[in-house]
Amino acid sequence: MPLANFIPTADDYLRYLPEIILTVVGVVIMFLEAVGGERRKPALGWLAGAGLLAAIWGSVVALGVGGTGFQNMVIVDGFATFFRILVLVIGLLTIVSSTQYLDREKANAGEFHALLLFSIAGQCVMASANELIMVFIGLEISSIASYILAGYLRDDRRNNESALKYFLLGSFATAFLLYGVAWVYGLTGSTNLAEVRRVLMTPESAPNLVLMGTAAALMFVGFAFKVSAAPFQVWAPDVYQGAPAPVSAFMSTGPKAAAFAVFLRVFITAFGPIATRWEPFVWGSAIATMIVGNFAALTQTNIKRLLAYSSIAHAGYVLVAVTAHSEIGTAAAMFYLAAYAFMQIGAFAVVTWFSRQGEKFVNVDDLAGLGERQPMVAAMLTIFLLSLIGVPLTGGFFGKFYIFRAALDSNLVWLTVIGLLNSAVAAYYYLRLIVVMYMKEPGAATENIGPVSAGLRVAILGSALATLVLGIFPSLVLDFAGRSAALVK
Amino acid sequence: MPELPLPTSVPLSWYLLLSAILFALGIAGFLYRRNIITVFMSIELMLNAVNLSFVTFSYKLKQVDGHIFSFFVMVVAAAEAAVGLAIILTVFKNRRTLEVDEIDSMKY
Amino acid sequence: MLDAVFFYTFALMTLTGAVLTITRKSAVHSAIWLIVSLLGVAGLYLLQQAEFLFAVQIVLYIGGIMVLFLFVIMLVNLDEAAKQRQFNNQRWIALGCAVIVGAEILYVLAKGTASLSLPAPAAAPAAGGNTEQIAVSLFRDYLLPFEAASLLLLAAIVGSVIMAKRRA
Repeated sequence: MPLANFIPTADDYLRYLPEIILTVVGVVIMFLEAVGGERRKPALGWLAGAGLLAAIWGSVVALGVGGTGFQNMVIVDGFATFFRILVLVIGLLTIVSSTQYLDREKANAGEFHALLLFSIAGQCVMASANELIMVFIGLEISSIASYILAGYLRDDRRNNESALKYFLLGSFATAFLLYGVAWVYGLTGSTNLAEVRRVLMTPESAPNLVLMGTAAALMFVGFAFKVSAAPFQVWAPDVYQGAPAPVSAFMSTGPKAAAFAVFLRVFITAFGPIATRWEPFVWGSAIATMIVGNFAALTQTNIKRLLAYSSIAHAGYVLVAVTAHSEIGTAAAMFYLAAYAFMQIGAFAVVTWFSRQGEKFVNVDDLAGLGERQPMVAAMLTIFLLSLIGVPLTGGFFGKFYIFRAALDSNLVWLTVIGLLNSAVAAYYYLRLIVVMYMKEPGAATENIGPVSAGLRVAILGSALATLVLGIFPSLVLDFAGRSAALVK
Repeated sequence: MPELPLPTSVPLSWYLLLSAILFALGIAGFLYRRNIITVFMSIELMLNAVNLSFVTFSYKLKQVDGHIFSFFVMVVAAAEAAVGLAIILTVFKNRRTLEVDEIDSMKY
Repeated sequence: MLDAVFFYTFALMTLTGAVLTITRKSAVHSAIWLIVSLLGVAGLYLLQQAEFLFAVQIVLYIGGIMVLFLFVIMLVNLDEAAKQRQFNNQRWIALGCAVIVGAEILYVLAKGTASLSLPAPAAAPAAGGNTEQIAVSLFRDYLLPFEAASLLLLAAIVGSVIMAKRRA
């Protein structure tokens, strides 16, 4: 066996550049945290941010040498690059919105940033995976780091509970995913996505479709847990409510976007030929997810829990796009996930600022009079909420518009009707927040509220700007998404 | 190295059947137990069922890829065990209980 | 003949161990029955010529993971934990779920195995034992997952330390 067979080429390393950068920077941060004194703590956040920016540059470089690398383990195409950049940007917003939070709760910043970078590296691995083994390892890197982040303030009982539930249900879901992978491997003889597709396409070697459908269903259960789709969404409200607010923002966007990326890639690339088998259960899950998310959100009094249910509902809209399993469906899902990430992080950034030390103020009624006391922040929160409803001129509007158009193109009329009705229901609970902010007399919670810290200001303004830009010039992102979606085959 | 007896008289589907039963037992344990540590052990049972399937398919296909997948599953199981047990310990330190149902401080 | 005897022995170990793991009241007993079950699975690996996994199963799973489990069970206050209820009220729901899932899988297997047409195996495995083949495959084809797994382990180590250490 010549040694040269074992050595990857330089191009292979370039295709894997973002992950390498994130890993190295994460390790350096931990090292500096150990040797540097208290004085240098703020520098670690800057370093993590610089690492993320470098990784964004790395993703662009990787796209320059697109293709598969490391014996078909990774694939770098527009789709992978889109999701890599999306999770990296989510990471940047999370870092800027968490610096003040960590200070306030007297938590250790170095390890937080290192774990965040590892988690994002795992999500980048997922985005560029071309092999079920890479999907699995990426998913686990991302999850294990997120379990810890969810329980980062380990003396806080809510954090404990959040981490425990996330961990137990996450591992349970992974077992289902793996059992599905085992069956895919047994039936097709490969875990490479393109190879699985090839086997399914050739009639003479095509495996038993009942078994293949079961394998797809088992994998769907695993993914459904990760994207919090019904009926596997029960963990999400407790986990998002209990975790530190910036981490909830991260968990409800980053891992979710990456999980949808692999979901789309596995089901459209590998299982594309048996779409008629998996379409019914994704269809059912999409409807159930939208209804459960929206109707449960109606009665919530805790803002974090409300946003958690709204996050479930939004996963339902993306599932509508997945059900369409067409090119424009994929592009719509990509656009929606990007638009959703900004409005969700923006809303959570406001909650992070508003909740104060120990997250004391997280009730809807606490927001009373915010419009009077802090008009600027209230206006920003209004933008995010309007975008979550899907009002024109915001990213959320075009996201929903493209998704329902894709669904209609694929003749999913009922799904579209139910989705639209759900959007109307959703408007109620988002508008209720706006009404409380502007119409109610200021209460005790808005008294003595401090100014927004610089980091949070960047996060809030950045997210608001991105939400508006996506709503006014959607083609900036949509064109790229449309071109990349065609590649997912 | 002496040749191992090949299990020709036991059909491979029996191994798969065994793996399916093991997986179902894992699910039952996960839903049925209240003690967090035993709940976690049920997940280990499920992962073992997965590995058994991988090895069986690998044997049938005469490849080692399934073995490698199983190997990674074990690596991940070890990592999950370390993290999971650390989380369980923290929970126990703060609450002095290991009952799943009691860990429920958030209102609905 | 001999292999059938081995199969039944190991299968019996696996299933008995699994059933007792999820029904024993004491967590220590559960852990020990889980070890029996894992040993049974290890035996099945050996029957299917997965010698490397057999060794890993015993060294890593039983020697590493299960010892960690026992260690944690000893760390938490066992007397207190044993007094608490061990089974939840939804035992019938749980049992029902498991039976449904099991029946589903069995049905699918029964219906499908007859037509379980596996693709023709690739070229006969290269010379050398199972462990050598795994080594070649692991360090050539699966080099990237192998390296990525190191990041996974690093994240797990850092995470466990954060969770376990005292707050300064």
